[in-house]
Amino acid sequence: MSILIVAEHDNASLNVATLNSVTAGVAIGGDIHLLVAGEACSAVADEASQVAGVSKVLLAESAAYTHALAENVSLLIADLGANYSHILGTSTSNAKNILPRAAALLDVQAISDITEVVDTDTFKRPIYAGNVIATVKSSDAIKVLIVRGTAFDAAAVGDGSASIEAVAGSHDAGKSSFVSEEVVKSDRPELTAADIVISGGRGMGSGENFELLNGIADKLGAAIGASRAAVDAGFVPNDMQVGQTGKIVAPDLYVAVGISGAIQHLAGMKDSKVIVAINKDEEAPIFSVADYGLVADLFVALPELEAAL
Amino acid sequence: MKVLVAVKRVVDYNVKVRPKADGTGVDLANVKMSINPFCEIAVEEAVRLKEKGVATEVIAVSVGSQQSQEQLRTALALGADRAILVLTDDVMEPLAIAKCLRAICDSESPDIVLMGKQAIDGDNNQTGQMLGALTGYGQATFASEITIDGANASVIREVDGGLQTVSVSLPAIVTSDLRLNEPRYASLPNIMKAKKKTLDTTTPSDLGVDTSPRVSLLGVERPAERQAGIKVEDVAQLVDKLRNEAKVIS
Repeated sequence: MSILIVAEHDNASLNVATLNSVTAGVAIGGDIHLLVAGEACSAVADEASQVAGVSKVLLAESAAYTHALAENVSLLIADLGANYSHILGTSTSNAKNILPRAAALLDVQAISDITEVVDTDTFKRPIYAGNVIATVKSSDAIKVLIVRGTAFDAAAVGDGSASIEAVAGSHDAGKSSFVSEEVVKSDRPELTAADIVISGGRGMGSGENFELLNGIADKLGAAIGASRAAVDAGFVPNDMQVGQTGKIVAPDLYVAVGISGAIQHLAGMKDSKVIVAINKDEEAPIFSVADYGLVADLFVALPELEAAL
Repeated sequence: MKVLVAVKRVVDYNVKVRPKADGTGVDLANVKMSINPFCEIAVEEAVRLKEKGVATEVIAVSVGSQQSQEQLRTALALGADRAILVLTDDVMEPLAIAKCLRAICDSESPDIVLMGKQAIDGDNNQTGQMLGALTGYGQATFASEITIDGANASVIREVDGGLQTVSVSLPAIVTSDLRLNEPRYASLPNIMKAKKKTLDTTTPSDLGVDTSPRVSLLGVERPAERQAGIKVEDVAQLVDKLRNEAKVIS
């Protein structure tokens, strides 16, 4: 068994999401190689070589890989991946963009969002917004797996000592080009990596009212999320969306404020360790999954909560 | 310019799906079926491109059972010009669907293929990217804004942490995210008109596509249910519970 894991990074440092896939790779068992494809990203390769369980880092540097354009990186993965039994990546927007394309180049049916490794070709994954867990077995010679990060612990960094091997050549499909990026700058932790998440829903009433969550998030070191209803209503940007088609989170503490608890939202947060719901409607379905429910007007409860912390 | 838009018939998003009692699959008897919400957004975008005078023809395509005609008629009522059904009762995986769509691309030569980023039944988020690989077209997934600029499409993509703009040469595959647009409702006259529009039927074997599944479903189960906890009286009790019982805050 040999496993190729596509590392997530920004050419400067390794994204910790990669570490969840390494743990999934260890569960499959075999030689684990990390692919670092980018431009001038040897620092990422150095960091990747320290990850426990990784035996080799493949460093592919080219201007064609700078912005991880799917057309280019998928060609590289399909080229290298033909020699592996498994190709993995953590389910970030980047991996979701690239890995299915690479899988089709290899004539493989990829498996999305795996939450458990049963054996080397059998995996569990949620379908229908997490209402059903399917056990699926792949008959493809190469398994392409997109790993749900929250389902696997992060591999340790520091005690690994993988060799770093440069990959020669470059794949440039010439189909697309990067224009610009608008990344939200925030001092808060990233939604999918935060220990505590506080999310607002339609009950927040407006985008301005989301500021009521800021002070609490600052005191708790929490990330701020939102339900699809809040995104649809235009209160907040889509990258804050927690749910079936947004981000999947599983923090130690999830606080749902003014969120009714539609199945699409529950799909994104119900694996959190402790769930708190604050909602004025005591019949709201969110209370059926909450460890602690507070039936209250959020405009009264939130300032009280901030003061109490 | 010609737009191909793919639509999928799925269980309606309001339905809470359950496993069959014997655990062999999902119980879909008598559940409401609809057009996949992301596909509906893709259809809306295609129709807007036509209304802006950018697109000249919008072709809706679906791969699935005879009943998928309903979703194609919905797309026609929303403004698509004609429709193609790739008729099959087989379980279709994203790779097999992408192969059917590739064959349609070969015969129709669209300038842009619009699709939903993900269907809400299998939650795979793969078909568009796979079609990109098979056709060799460029791709822009998770789109929240599409601007056609001559031989290129400039697409704003929803990525982790923010937005990314890419320019992709046409023909290209673009998959829709939630904020791309708000789909319209079909008017009654348009629903009536849609019944007269052309709907052609073909099959995977006509298209030379092998649909044998690569992944077998061994079983399904319900996820571990969360138990409802307790209701607290006030904020003070909540903070006390979080500090001293759950120990998740300090």
